[in-house]
Amino acid sequence: MTDDNKITDDLPEPVVRRPRVNASIVWLVPIIAALVGLSLVIHAWLEAGPTISISFLSAEGLDPGKTPVKYKNVTIGRVTAVRLSEDRSRIIAKVALEKSAQGFATADTRYWVVRPRIGLGGVSGIDTLLSGAFIGADVGESSEPKSEFTGLENPPPVTHGAPGKTFDLHSDDLGSLDIGSPVYYRRIQVGRVSTYHLDKDGKGVTLQIFVDAPNDQFVTTSSRFWNASGVDVSLGADGLKVNTQSLATVLAGGVAFQDPPGPHDATPAQEDAAYRLFNDRATAMAPPDGEPKYIRMRFNQSLRGLAVDAPVEFLGVPFGRVVSVNLDFDEKTQTFPTIVGAVVYPARLGKAHDKLVALARSRGDDEQMSQMMGRLVEHGLRAQARTGNLLTGQLYIAMDFLPKAPKVAFDGTAKPLEIPTAPGDLDKIQQQIADIVGKLQKVPFDSIGKNLDQSLAELNRTLKQVNGSVLPEVKNTLKGAQQTLGTANSAFAPDAPLQQNLGGTLQELQRAARSLRVLTDYLGDHPDALLRGRRADDKLQQTPPAPAAPTQGSKP
Amino acid sequence: MNTLPRASDLGLVGCHVCGMVCRDVEADHAACPRCGSSLHKRKAASYSRTWALLVAAFLFYIPANVLPIMRTVSVGDVDDNTILSGIIELWVKGSPDLAIIVFTASIVVPVLKFFALSLLLISAQRGSQWAQRQRSKLYRLVEFIGYWSMLDVFVVALLTALVQFGFFSQVEPLPGVVYFGLTVVITMLASMTFDPRLIWDGRDFDD
Repeated sequence: MTDDNKITDDLPEPVVRRPRVNASIVWLVPIIAALVGLSLVIHAWLEAGPTISISFLSAEGLDPGKTPVKYKNVTIGRVTAVRLSEDRSRIIAKVALEKSAQGFATADTRYWVVRPRIGLGGVSGIDTLLSGAFIGADVGESSEPKSEFTGLENPPPVTHGAPGKTFDLHSDDLGSLDIGSPVYYRRIQVGRVSTYHLDKDGKGVTLQIFVDAPNDQFVTTSSRFWNASGVDVSLGADGLKVNTQSLATVLAGGVAFQDPPGPHDATPAQEDAAYRLFNDRATAMAPPDGEPKYIRMRFNQSLRGLAVDAPVEFLGVPFGRVVSVNLDFDEKTQTFPTIVGAVVYPARLGKAHDKLVALARSRGDDEQMSQMMGRLVEHGLRAQARTGNLLTGQLYIAMDFLPKAPKVAFDGTAKPLEIPTAPGDLDKIQQQIADIVGKLQKVPFDSIGKNLDQSLAELNRTLKQVNGSVLPEVKNTLKGAQQTLGTANSAFAPDAPLQQNLGGTLQELQRAARSLRVLTDYLGDHPDALLRGRRADDKLQQTPPAPAAPTQGSKP
Repeated sequence: MNTLPRASDLGLVGCHVCGMVCRDVEADHAACPRCGSSLHKRKAASYSRTWALLVAAFLFYIPANVLPIMRTVSVGDVDDNTILSGIIELWVKGSPDLAIIVFTASIVVPVLKFFALSLLLISAQRGSQWAQRQRSKLYRLVEFIGYWSMLDVFVVALLTALVQFGFFSQVEPLPGVVYFGLTVVITMLASMTFDPRLIWDGRDFDD
């Protein structure tokens, strides 16, 4: 090994210096890495909120790991997994909520999938067309924790905590309304339909509407709601009227409300107050109907044209409608009378009804007011089926007083009350026309015609005779008459001697009259002239005007 | 003793930087008289440093895979991808070739490095004489392929810089890529701190 040492000796020696770093310091690197990893884990653990599961009918648009859960468009969680439910009827989306969104895992939180929706009422969720669907959330007030949710299929029209009030509307059917249908007040949208459901007995629909603050104050205890859908075309005495709300409402339906005209209670309604939803504005604004009463009528005539829902009018006031038209059989008379059932609202008669009721009460009448009705029937109250529309022949029931109506027995105890009937005007006319036709048929038109024919032949013969023999005679007579008239004409001509003579005679007569007047005047002035004769100086001709000319008379 | 003498047998030590051969003075903190860099018979604390870096790299490799590395926004559709989900997406969407490349660069290579370095460290620490040549080759392979793992990081960096079309298309880096980059860098450092001569310092040398 000596050679080796020699080589080594020739080589330079390294410089010895103080150590710079401790080798073990390198272990700081994995420690830092571990710390970073640990911090990530802790961070993730701290950030992790509750995991909930929401069930939907379909997983359309739900993408595990991507679909966010948003509240007011802020992401509060994410769908982590989507799977089918046990019975495969629904899908269950597992959602990992963020720590800050812990309050969303409570009992009354609602979840729904926001997808693009295009309806008549508008377009919503259009942003999700590109970004994909997301789950919307609406938190309630409950603090009770919950992890299993049933998602809504449609977005709730009313978010929790929105200022405003909810009201219930009862209707016979839903019409064209839907969740989200607008609610109008004076044609301004102030709310929307939030839910609807069938009544428990299935005889109607209850709609829940939400009216936003501050317009909820306009809903008063006496407000009337009506279905503002569609176009209301009415042909009245004042012409054709088309009444609509906005175009969207015409197509998609809506609810409108307003206070009735006239004095009414205007206190704002309480939350969840219930109202009736009328079919149109006119019915809504009409005074309340009050309690309905069922009456029955028996008609001994054909009631072709009388349909269910035909109006029943009392002295021209519509106060009810026909609910049933049924045929009956009368054994005694072997006829088929028609039984008409009708629902009437006596309260629609207004003041008359009030007075009648008061009167009936004071007389101790029963609930059905049978005595009162009996009295009215005695005075001639009868129901008639009248033609309301000559074109279509639609009938309506009119209740009128017919003083000439034959007396009938009225059973006040019958339930329902049966109102006696009278044949309608048109029936009467028909009967009368039939009578006339019968009489006309009795007229012996055949023999009349024959006689007329004979008479005419006779007349013809007579006329021929007249033409042949009478007319030439007449001609001669007329000629004679013409000659006579010509003679008379010449006699009366101005230059005729007769005329001249007549003129001369008349002049003489005039002169004679004048002389006579002069004489009488003179005699008036000088009566003595009768005895003494005319005085010499008197001039008979000059005296007529002279008042004081006592002259001699000229008369012999 | 049929093996050739090692430098340490001859009392010599070579400088790692400039290659100068000095006498081994058995001092703890010797430095090269020519370039001034530290002199070691073997890379200083090679085992512990490599182990430390390897462990750190492995620790960083966990978030690198769990956390998403890239967010692609295309026409409002936001998509966060981890390394593995990106590979799956590439495969599913009809680019299996690209998927294989990314899988190799991002999953196979780092994992291979962890295994290779661990194997080298354990076998060298034990002084095993098993397949010494092959282990040397393995080490060179690890050194060679190490930086290819940076592919993913580069892809994310490039896309982020290039694809910025606002609403229509956008790429954003996410924290995962930082951890992945750290993993790659630290594994490279680990393979650098490992002294391949340790492979040959078999137990027979002590015997």
